[in-house]
Amino acid sequence: MANVRIPTPLRKLTEGKEEVTCAGATVRAVLDDLDRQHPGIKARICDDSGAVRKFINLFANDEDIRFLQNLDTPVADRDELSIVPAIAGGR
Amino acid sequence: MNTAIDVAAPSVLELVGNTPLIRLRSVEARAGTGAEVWAKCEFANPGGSVKDRAARQMILDAMADGRLTAGKTLIDSTSGNTGVAYSMIGAALGVPVTLVMPANVSAPRKNITRAYGTEVIYSSELEGSDGAIRMVREIVAKDPDRWFFPDQYGNASNPRAHYRGTGPEIARQTGGRITHFVTGIGTTGTLMGTGRYFKDHHPQVRVVAMQPDDALHGLEGLKHLPSSIVPAIWRPDGIVDDTIWMPTDEGWEMSEDLVRHEGLFVGHSSGGNVAAALRLARGAGPGAVIVTILCDRGDRYFAPLAWNRPTVY
Repeated sequence: MANVRIPTPLRKLTEGKEEVTCAGATVRAVLDDLDRQHPGIKARICDDSGAVRKFINLFANDEDIRFLQNLDTPVADRDELSIVPAIAGGR
Repeated sequence: MNTAIDVAAPSVLELVGNTPLIRLRSVEARAGTGAEVWAKCEFANPGGSVKDRAARQMILDAMADGRLTAGKTLIDSTSGNTGVAYSMIGAALGVPVTLVMPANVSAPRKNITRAYGTEVIYSSELEGSDGAIRMVREIVAKDPDRWFFPDQYGNASNPRAHYRGTGPEIARQTGGRITHFVTGIGTTGTLMGTGRYFKDHHPQVRVVAMQPDDALHGLEGLKHLPSSIVPAIWRPDGIVDDTIWMPTDEGWEMSEDLVRHEGLFVGHSSGGNVAAALRLARGAGPGAVIVTILCDRGDRYFAPLAWNRPTVY
């Protein structure tokens, strides 16, 4: 099971939870399980074509998945997946 | 036009403001209504962004009234541009600076602030600017005498910089012809100060706020107020006539159009601002003179792709 870290703007979809434990062998499968537990959250992270939205970064154990295998990046037990949006709110 | 060109400045502080106003003919052509669209080149400030104005005003006002005295360190939360501005002005005036930034701010901004000698503390990358605001409040509460905390979200000097500078400059540069002013809101200082100036001195100007259309957005530096800590300086009554809710994609696409068709490589908040100006231009006609803000350069946003987790508190 992977540990998914949820950013503040998406926590209203996770009942305020900062972290959600999800099953899946790839980032894609982990996001699918996250969406099963908290319906609608994947549509906020990915666009209609299924790709991760440009202004959202997904980090698998601190590595940007764009530099790994993107949504096919393997996820092992106890790995950490962080959903990090662009910085909102005043400079 | 720019102070740097025709004045021998006594310090970097005098290079802040008096930025050029540029006409965006490709945007006017897309609107096709005869409306004029102009943008204030705030990237021409010496620290590279509109934030130089507010930082200078907040520091000078605090030195004048005794809130900032020798031995105190300036501390504030920032996702970058205000931090660069504090660092630049602090270095020039001998004021030490500590900043709290979300850990995922772009590497260029971390590196620029450190180059000035600034200490940087990182807040959670998951909580954005509001996480940094909460952390700086905790740090200051523990040892209030050590710090000067300008609090850019609640400091009247922030909008005052725009009331005294940005507003009158735009009025002069358009020969008083401006009909619409639109800009995105972060601390809300630019909109509050410039908007208030127009309402007081050119009340025909329609003042429009731009906000991201969703809590989860990519218009970095801007606030979606319904889901954010609302800045204390945000007092829209009597100033803001309307709000445009901007999708991230529309702002990002305009950033790309500006670099390819105008030669202006600016950040995404500038793209959002010009996209909002285009919407206004489409609904206006000949005689409309729409002005917005180009907040900073696009090169501030390269490589926001990794951060150093062990430094996150």
